[in-house]
Amino acid sequence: MNTKAANTGSGPTQSGRPARLSLADWMPKIVMAPTVIVTLVCIYGYMIWTAVLSFTGSRMLPSYNFVGFDQYERLFNNDRWMVALSNLGIFGGLFIAICLFLGVTLAIFLDQKIRAEGAIRTIYLYPMAISFIVTGTAWKWLLNPTNGLEKMMVDFGFENFKFDWLINPDMVVYCLVIAAVWQASGFVMALFLAGLRGVDGDLIKAAHLDGASTFTTYRRIILPSLKPVFFSALVVLSHIAIKSFDLVAALTNGGPGYASDLPANFMYTYTFTRSQIGLGSASAMVMLGCVLAILVPYLYSELRGKRHE
Amino acid sequence: MSNKAVGRKTSGLDKALRVALYTVLLVVAAFYLMPFIVMLLTSLKDVEEIRTGTLLSLPATLNFESWSKAWSSACTGGSCGGISPYFMNSFQIVLPAVAISTLVGALNGYVISLWKFRGSDFFFAAMLVGCFIPFQVILLPMAQTLGWLGIANTTSGLVFVHVVYGIAFTTLFFRNFYQSIPGELVKAARLDGAGFFTIFYRIILPVSTPIIVVTVIWQFTQIWNDFLFGVAFSGFDTQPVTVALNNLVNTSFGGKEYNVDMAAAIIAALPTLAVYVFAGKYFVRGLTAGAVKG
Repeated sequence: MNTKAANTGSGPTQSGRPARLSLADWMPKIVMAPTVIVTLVCIYGYMIWTAVLSFTGSRMLPSYNFVGFDQYERLFNNDRWMVALSNLGIFGGLFIAICLFLGVTLAIFLDQKIRAEGAIRTIYLYPMAISFIVTGTAWKWLLNPTNGLEKMMVDFGFENFKFDWLINPDMVVYCLVIAAVWQASGFVMALFLAGLRGVDGDLIKAAHLDGASTFTTYRRIILPSLKPVFFSALVVLSHIAIKSFDLVAALTNGGPGYASDLPANFMYTYTFTRSQIGLGSASAMVMLGCVLAILVPYLYSELRGKRHE
Repeated sequence: MSNKAVGRKTSGLDKALRVALYTVLLVVAAFYLMPFIVMLLTSLKDVEEIRTGTLLSLPATLNFESWSKAWSSACTGGSCGGISPYFMNSFQIVLPAVAISTLVGALNGYVISLWKFRGSDFFFAAMLVGCFIPFQVILLPMAQTLGWLGIANTTSGLVFVHVVYGIAFTTLFFRNFYQSIPGELVKAARLDGAGFFTIFYRIILPVSTPIIVVTVIWQFTQIWNDFLFGVAFSGFDTQPVTVALNNLVNTSFGGKEYNVDMAAAIIAALPTLAVYVFAGKYFVRGLTAGAVKG
């Protein structure tokens, strides 16, 4: 942090006060220049561009006839968007809650001097290396009612076993949850396991000497100290949830009808296949708003925490 | 290392608890493994076996026909050349994109941690936003830009996009790694007359191997598994393998060949799975490093 103080106002860090500026003094700036330009244009510039488009009546091609908040009004009167938004609520909420629960539990279980811990960890985490398209393809096959799990259970003798969530508009969003949890929960486990390994060992020993049971030690000492891990897991998971696009594309393609659409899929469909650029841009801006609503408080608390140290 | 002391005297209850613990862990392991096993089994059966058997029934003979069909003759959307051309497309996109974004990230990290200039910290913070934005916000402007640059629907276009949106992460990785290098080292080298690139090449790069490995693996996995940019910016012949796989699975004409779908899915997953199996340690390190800040 003191580097920041030293840096303000005094130009280059190596303040040897050279009489003339040589090429070497410009080198760092020259090297950074492409990144600066690309970041300003392709992140901030494009963000503003999309924001502008969301206030226009653009359809197949971008046009700049401004219509105020009309697109946002249309968006929130659009049934498909409202379905996508409520799906995001259900999907995101369950996905995050289950992943956190599974992640913490498995991490604690794995932290009990388990034999073959490495092998088990590898198995829990491998889905994270796979594309959501592959995950979606696999679960689409597992969950399909004609040949998948349902048939397997029936053949095993459970003749009335029914599992048709994938084609049931009321239940299809839970299929997304199952597949996404399968993919990401091992990763949350890894985060928490790393956190557990970082807990101060003396603290735990002291608690044991004071006669605290393993359960109490976890509840009162270890878990509370994992708060930062918990928050970063929360941020990463909500980020995955809001950006989810590929999983829906591969597992349900938004169907049946548009029962399993998520905002990202809505945005893609309206912008690129339905020629409703204005409406699509408005939906993208709402997504950005969701991400910022989570991110800004997180970054704020992170930075504040650092300053207090 | 774990610090939770296991009771010295193992009573009957402790033993029962440990059996339960192992049981839970193994059942969960089965849950994670099951989809992959089912995919593998399905890919080795013929259509008739799939119709009559169940998910976990074993194939009568090892039948690799669906694998060769998925590779070279299955229909994806319009053409019927299997997914091999798209598999190659993915490599054509991934290799340059990983190389460029890693190099740029290393140089940026080097500047941000050891050659600070006025505003470099602020810029770094502004850049981190690039790790978080939902890419839907930039899709349409980027599509327009690629058109103006004349690289719409090409692999070069996709390389460009992946580099642009990858450098935020690669810079973050290298910056965090270089933070621990003492600034005096650079100062001393400068007094000896070494320049910007000499110091980078002679002093910084030789100690960077671990972070290079982490970054390359992270970028490789991210870009290989990308679907959004692939589907939005690729042309008919330049689709990455994820897009081709999705087209193959959702192709509606003809009877559904689940064995071919599954073989194609495994093929599409193989490169990143191989990386995970052979360099899992670095993969996990990248994941957690990305999560701490991103």
